[in-house]
Amino acid sequence: MATLMEDAPAGELQVVGGLSLSALEAISLGHKVSLLPIACDSPVIKYGVTIGLATRNIQPGEWVHLHNCRSLLDARSSTLDPHTGIPKVKLP
Amino acid sequence: MNAWQGYLRSDGAKGIRNLILVVYTVECASFVAHEIARGQEDVHVVGFPGCYDNDYAMRLMLALATHPNVGACLAVGLGCEYTQPANIASAATKSERPSEWLFIQEQGGTRAAVEHGKQAVERLRAQLAARTQRAPMTVADLVIGAECGGSDGTSGLAGNPAVGRMYDLLVDQGGTAIFEEVVEMMGLRDILLERAASAQAARELAAAYDKAESYCRAVRQYSISPGNFAGGLTTIEEKSMGAFAKSGSRPIQGVLRVSQPAPMPGLWLLDSVPDNHFMQFGYTNPNDTEGIMDLISAGAHIILFITGRGSVIGSPVSPVIKVTGNSRTFRRMQEDMDFDAGRVLSGDITLNQAGDELLALVQQVAAGALSKPEALGHREYFLMYKHQDTPSLETGCRA
Repeated sequence: MATLMEDAPAGELQVVGGLSLSALEAISLGHKVSLLPIACDSPVIKYGVTIGLATRNIQPGEWVHLHNCRSLLDARSSTLDPHTGIPKVKLP
Repeated sequence: MNAWQGYLRSDGAKGIRNLILVVYTVECASFVAHEIARGQEDVHVVGFPGCYDNDYAMRLMLALATHPNVGACLAVGLGCEYTQPANIASAATKSERPSEWLFIQEQGGTRAAVEHGKQAVERLRAQLAARTQRAPMTVADLVIGAECGGSDGTSGLAGNPAVGRMYDLLVDQGGTAIFEEVVEMMGLRDILLERAASAQAARELAAAYDKAESYCRAVRQYSISPGNFAGGLTTIEEKSMGAFAKSGSRPIQGVLRVSQPAPMPGLWLLDSVPDNHFMQFGYTNPNDTEGIMDLISAGAHIILFITGRGSVIGSPVSPVIKVTGNSRTFRRMQEDMDFDAGRVLSGDITLNQAGDELLALVQQVAAGALSKPEALGHREYFLMYKHQDTPSLETGCRA
């Protein structure tokens, strides 16, 4: 994973360390972009540790977040809205 | 700046502030307690809302009433509750701090109790002024607590690592560094245990980790919130790697419990998670303020609070210094933020420079400069029911 140090539109990203990478979508500051292809159910690695598992195939340049990555511990997070992190409203 | 003048307490502890603490013993007394303190910058308030007593909360109140930054104490009760203000005042007296207590019912109601309380504060202030001793302090005398809240993707890259670098400097100079939030070390058991200073410390860390993990499982809530997700953190494991960075790189000496001071300088982990047999009683990390109170109860003179999204809390007793790894947040909330560690990400300074600057800022605040939350008047506190197997109340009071 690489972490965005500024908001970025889709397109070429400057990666510290010199990799060439193109964002497939707009990605916000603090969010993650995948450097490598990740198969569904494979580990998502940041800081050299597994921070979760891919819940679908992920392409290089794709935004990685609640919609395509889940915790190994916390079942609740993948049910939340990927943009706001807020629980989806259940009206009676 | 190598040394500054602190406040010497009779037990040898040195404080960086000389406060009068008003402690109330039930929610019914909170209004009167705040009215007594209103408008007086050297008078801070904490209190426990419950009518039924709780060992953990009592230990916390006693630890705050006898904190090195506190020089005198007024305990305020309604008159029906289990927790006795007289006991808090007597623990403060035993520590040679001027102290008084009152029951609102005995005073004859709100107005009379506020009036009596204000007069008591005047007496305490005069006694404190007459007995206050100054003594030189250095970094080696400091106990610093660190906590993060409102974290985002920058917290693990800049905010927490900058504090970690400063913690390394603090520990190397003989000071005491305390970090907490075991529930934000989820997935990092091996990385945590590798940092143990001894076999005993490793056993303590393993027990604290395992308890926290089973606690989160039991309450079905991990320590991650909508703001964290919106800021780019996807899982508790990812947030944990960032949170753990604030511990720096030095060996961890062991695990402290709430209200337990560090037995010697160095780096310590504070365990604030309720114990197993009573796990559903209380909630760990119910909010950031509770964690700050726990760190202060362990003797922290200053709290470093790392926030990427931006937080506006402060605390009574010990000043909070706000550190953000997000320069955008720093600019947007400049009146609340003390330190912009986002300059590390933009390449303006190195992480080592950030650590040096942060230690210098800590020394300035220790010497009397007001931190931003302190100057704004933020004095949030949060005490609640919790169960921890800790030493007997007598030991907990350091009686």
